[in-house]
Amino acid sequence: MSIVTVQLGQCGNQVGQELFDIICSDAVEGQRKTYSTCSCERFFRQSSHGELTARAVLIDMEPKVISHSMTKAAKSGRWRYGEHSHFSQKQGSGNNWANGFCVHGPRHRDVVEELVRQEVECCDRLAGFMPIMSVAGGTGSGVGTYVTQCLRDIYPTSFILNHLTWPYGTGEVIVQNYNSVLTLAHLYQLSDAIVVHENDTVHRICSQLLNIKHISFSDINRVIAHQLGSVLQPALSADSHRVYSRNPVGELVSSLVCHPEYKLLGVCTIPNMPSSSIAYSTFSWPGLLKHLRQMLISNSKMEEGIDWQVRPPSGSGWPRNPTGGGSFNTSLANLLILRGKDVYSAETGGFEDPALYTSWLLPEQALTMWKSPVSFNKYEKSATLVSNSQALLRPLDDMVGKAWNMFASRAYMHQYIKFGISEEDFLDSFTSLEQVISSYSQLC
Amino acid sequence: MEEGVVNEILQGPLRDVFDSAQLLTDVSGSGNNWAVGHLTYGSAYRDQIVDKLRKAAEHCDCLQCFFLIHSMGGGTGSGLGTRVLGLLEEEFPEVCRIVTSIYPSAEDDVITSPYNSVLAMRELTEHADCVLPVENQSMVDIVNKIKLMSHGAKLGSMIRRDSTVISGQGGLSGPEKPFDAMNNIMANLLLNITSSARFEGSLNMDLNEIAMNLVPFPRLHYLVPSLTPLYTLADVSVPTRRLDQMFSDAFSKDHQLIRADPKHSLYLACALMVRGNVQVSDLRRNIERLRPSLPFVSWNQEGWKTGLCSVPPVGHTHSLLALANNTCVKPTFMELRERFTKLYRKKAHLHHYLHVEGMEQSFFSEAITSLSSLIEEYHQLDSTKARLIPDAPRLSIAR
Repeated sequence: MSIVTVQLGQCGNQVGQELFDIICSDAVEGQRKTYSTCSCERFFRQSSHGELTARAVLIDMEPKVISHSMTKAAKSGRWRYGEHSHFSQKQGSGNNWANGFCVHGPRHRDVVEELVRQEVECCDRLAGFMPIMSVAGGTGSGVGTYVTQCLRDIYPTSFILNHLTWPYGTGEVIVQNYNSVLTLAHLYQLSDAIVVHENDTVHRICSQLLNIKHISFSDINRVIAHQLGSVLQPALSADSHRVYSRNPVGELVSSLVCHPEYKLLGVCTIPNMPSSSIAYSTFSWPGLLKHLRQMLISNSKMEEGIDWQVRPPSGSGWPRNPTGGGSFNTSLANLLILRGKDVYSAETGGFEDPALYTSWLLPEQALTMWKSPVSFNKYEKSATLVSNSQALLRPLDDMVGKAWNMFASRAYMHQYIKFGISEEDFLDSFTSLEQVISSYSQLC
Repeated sequence: MEEGVVNEILQGPLRDVFDSAQLLTDVSGSGNNWAVGHLTYGSAYRDQIVDKLRKAAEHCDCLQCFFLIHSMGGGTGSGLGTRVLGLLEEEFPEVCRIVTSIYPSAEDDVITSPYNSVLAMRELTEHADCVLPVENQSMVDIVNKIKLMSHGAKLGSMIRRDSTVISGQGGLSGPEKPFDAMNNIMANLLLNITSSARFEGSLNMDLNEIAMNLVPFPRLHYLVPSLTPLYTLADVSVPTRRLDQMFSDAFSKDHQLIRADPKHSLYLACALMVRGNVQVSDLRRNIERLRPSLPFVSWNQEGWKTGLCSVPPVGHTHSLLALANNTCVKPTFMELRERFTKLYRKKAHLHHYLHVEGMEQSFFSEAITSLSSLIEEYHQLDSTKARLIPDAPRLSIAR
């Protein structure tokens, strides 16, 4: 079953290239044959000579990034992008969501649809679509939202898993909060699940865990690619009967997104270490899982600086009081993925504790587990947690708050209005997101 | 509108770069008279200008923006220049118009420069997407500072001659002529703005992104540029400290290209365009470091637009261009208004303008009104500076 990736804008194309790189080297390096075959089929088309071509469509409104990504891929010697699987223009979207969504999207709809159709036709079975983009700019956010809308129209029964990169809180683009609000509000209606990475968090992982002195965007993108790869590479689920899952996206979505109001998914992986140290470290499942569990409940994205004081609420039975303001992170559902040695002996009872979850689902429904005996990306043992929880509530709230403040003074409105977005559209988006924030705050 | 300057270019080393069919000259100049430039020559050459613009635009696969480079104090640059700006808006309304304007200093040798500048300002406020005002006096100060460093420097702080921002390193012309040093600063400014569009980088920033991010309200589009470093020390040790120093310098008033002090006024938005071997962590570290000392407007507390281009300018390892939409332009405009009023009150030299066909007194009164209301808008924002503005109450969701 194959995933068709759509890389949108500078961020999408840069992250996508790193993702395919990590997946390819993980799949190809001395792994077991079934894992390799499954992974390659999921992400690449294979020619008769064994050349791997990524199942991806690259879209950007200016040409430099796409050509850079394609060259970098070809240089790796192991895989490449399809020669014609890309589309770019010359002028960019000017960081303007309205320009991306109302002008560029519709203008180039046919070309993009055709490129996607060609990739889909090369798949024996389509597992789903994964648009990768950022929310701060103009192309990723605006054109990305439009393309997601088209995918939804044309392939109504396929799964769409959007991967979003949220920008640094202290600003990369001044109108980033407007662009983010508009994107999220629209995607909520179109997407099946939204996986989020925040630049701030990944930056901290790079500096504190990976000890990188001069962090570049490549470093950031590589961490994101590693985390995303650890979610999407083949794994065995409970009912897949010893065969790597044939429906990874569908299973992810159905296990985590049990209610359409709750679609935001966060990812954490453990361990994260500089690659030079990996060979000298030993890991134990109890240690890894204990840390990961505490990371979940204290809403910490890294294995350093975890607040061990945070505990699940101890009141027995339900209903419990909403802990929106407290530091305990309530989960709606979790997907735990374990990869590596001795994976079947790992004790995961801690994640089945009903105290971690809301009352809506039984703990056995709230926790899904995937395992793979094959180690991922050089880590002898690694664990990934994809969770639908309150973890993204605070960043979302901050983003909406800042956008609202700017909106109150009507700053930059004329830039959006001139491309066709009205104040009404903004208000609608704000309303949808306030609803999402309210829903997540009330989780208990 | 006179032949001397254009002819000089055509005889110089750049003669092959310019298409001779795209040149327009006349003989007698505009006599430092905005009305002659704007109205007389504007009407006479309108069709030719539009024609040449169309020709140039047709050669482009994708026209992203127009750069208008002129001075405000004279007649042609100021008058005909703003007429061309209007034409650009008419013929190519979708294309961004970025204007680099040289504002006259107080000791300008053209007596009527306040008239010309104020009349031109009105056009800029109405028809330009962004304006980068540059003052001659600031550039003179920067040039002097560099000359001081290169001649009087003590051992250990010698500068590499070819690395100063005025040296025109990488350029073609030979011996320096007057104004060359200052013009080189302007040239570097324009190079840095377009660098991300020309070269690759990890965080690209196109020209239309500048207008989008830095112009929150349509009329407030005056962006104060500052360029660092001005020179590189010959001693190449301690690279990181130099990097951080570069960021600090960008906000000091010595490096601004107009005489203004942005740190003590209110920032509406700020863009940092970095070139060279600088990574996102360096950028973030410096933004965190500088933020507390820079007053930003309440609704844009984190108002930073950043761009990273991997290719540094010739002679440097890295450079930074900061463009700030800041209320510190207000004093500059107020000074301009004062100089204008001094002349206008006495009706000095007015007859030169009113004699031009199509020119009326209303041009003057409307121009000064436009300038005054612009100053007022900046003033309104300034007054919010000291006040603590509460966050706007959020929408509440009924459960």
